[in-house]
Amino acid sequence: MTASWVLRIGSAVVAGAALLAAVGPWVIPLDPAAQNLALRLAPPSWAHPFGLDELGRDIFSRMASGARVSFVVGLTVVSISATVGTLLGALGGYAGGLLDDAISRAIDMLMAFPGLLLAIALVAVLGPGLFNVLLALTLIGWVGYARLVRGVVLRARAFEYVQASRALGAGTWHLLRRHLIPTAMPAVVVQAALGMAGAIIGEASLSFLGLGVQPPTPSWGTMLNGGRAHLLDAPHLTLFPGLAIVALVLGFNFVGDGLRDRLDRDSRR
Amino acid sequence: MGRFLVRRLLLTVPVLLGVATLVFALIHLVPGDPAQVMLGDAAAPADVADLRRRLGLDRTLAVQYVSFLTGLARGDLGVSLRTNQPVLTSIAERLPATFELALAALVVATVVALPLGTVAAVRRGTAIDRGASLLALLGISLPNFWLGPTLVLVFSVGLAWFPVSGRGTWAHLVLPAITLGAPLAAVLARITRTSVIEELREVYVLAARARGLSAGRAVIRHACRNSLIPIVTVLGLQMGSVLTGAVITETIFAWPGVGRLLIQSISFRDYPLVQGCILFIAVTYVSVNLAVDLLYGVLDPRIRYE
Repeated sequence: MTASWVLRIGSAVVAGAALLAAVGPWVIPLDPAAQNLALRLAPPSWAHPFGLDELGRDIFSRMASGARVSFVVGLTVVSISATVGTLLGALGGYAGGLLDDAISRAIDMLMAFPGLLLAIALVAVLGPGLFNVLLALTLIGWVGYARLVRGVVLRARAFEYVQASRALGAGTWHLLRRHLIPTAMPAVVVQAALGMAGAIIGEASLSFLGLGVQPPTPSWGTMLNGGRAHLLDAPHLTLFPGLAIVALVLGFNFVGDGLRDRLDRDSRR
Repeated sequence: MGRFLVRRLLLTVPVLLGVATLVFALIHLVPGDPAQVMLGDAAAPADVADLRRRLGLDRTLAVQYVSFLTGLARGDLGVSLRTNQPVLTSIAERLPATFELALAALVVATVVALPLGTVAAVRRGTAIDRGASLLALLGISLPNFWLGPTLVLVFSVGLAWFPVSGRGTWAHLVLPAITLGAPLAAVLARITRTSVIEELREVYVLAARARGLSAGRAVIRHACRNSLIPIVTVLGLQMGSVLTGAVITETIFAWPGVGRLLIQSISFRDYPLVQGCILFIAVTYVSVNLAVDLLYGVLDPRIRYE
């Protein structure tokens, strides 16, 4: 499969999920909170294509609402992390000295915690809930962008056009805004696409562990957690939300990989 | 080698201090009075005051911090609020299970990834390569909290080949090891492919072929060995995912390891145990990365002098 096809398939999956999140709750006639206990754990049917959950709620309509949570988490975490990380990384890489040391030590300290562990720790003490999930994922998310941008800026500050601009009297902010940060942007965009996948898996993991979005709010991770108890008698509770997570994460990974391949190809030209 | 070792060990000290400081800060991030939160709203004020005193929360922050660090230096991580057992003992009891699972996952990942990545590199641009790359991307995108239950559904419930959960025989280990190892295998396969492709472009591989070595032997005897450095680097970096993945995998399969202990202690608001588990996992991660750095020196002697 070529890079452009990877990018196209990824974009189509992400666009489909975004559409479901945006209009799904209005288009789908079933209320995601409406319970029908008489039909609890009912398997997929024409009326309920993905079946009903342990409280007799329609899984498809809950998944449409859950898609909103995934996109809200992904977009919020990625936009804040990318902005903060890009600014700090660029400042550290350009200014050097004490500021760079302080930023680099903070990066080292946070990188010493594996993946989601710090998020699990933070949510464990702050308490479960969507806001704390966003806070925890953002606190660990900015580090990747800062490290990436710092590396690019360290190299770019020696480029001739940056030196020329400085010789013409350009200030720090001008150099960062016009030259250094734009140089790092392609790499940041790729990181952001992969970061969306990471944030969605992060939220789903925390919700699966009971530390994320709390019932009755539907989130794909919470739905998977609820389905665990019924894995043997009603596997559709686990199957569909899981497939949705896999598809969306794969979509964002395809977009990130496709963009990276395209940028690599452009830079070799 | 001695200077390299000492320098690398000294560089680890501030990182470990940072980790300890963050873990110390955790309990102070609890909204309100941590002692009250741990015991619940119905607790008697005398009990709350007693717990505050036992945890040292009635002392100044500076004194608490120094006491925390000196405790760590002695291997004293406090006492579990639920079991009254020293935190270190609770973790030590669960340690073999977590190491067993992590090791099995590493074996699964290596056994799958190295041949897959190498074949994809040698057959670059063919259907085999594209299939392997797609499989790797799928592996990265499969969250273990979905892969685990799906494997249980197929292999435990459907085929009855493996137990649903628990620890005991090798059969108990298979599904958790695959669940934890699959994403790692995907990442490793990708890096193995890239790394072997780079090495195949080198002149020494061409020279080996010119001496009459078959393509297979040139890859196995020369390219594979030299592509090990980036693979080992990624293996070290991925230990973070393995350790975090262990928290979820152990929860799915009721595997009695440190990850499950962490989730159980969170649900009981047993904060000393939460702190201990977080600290243990982070220190293990830092140590593995240190070991990986030291291993570079063995794999490529030039690195020692840089």
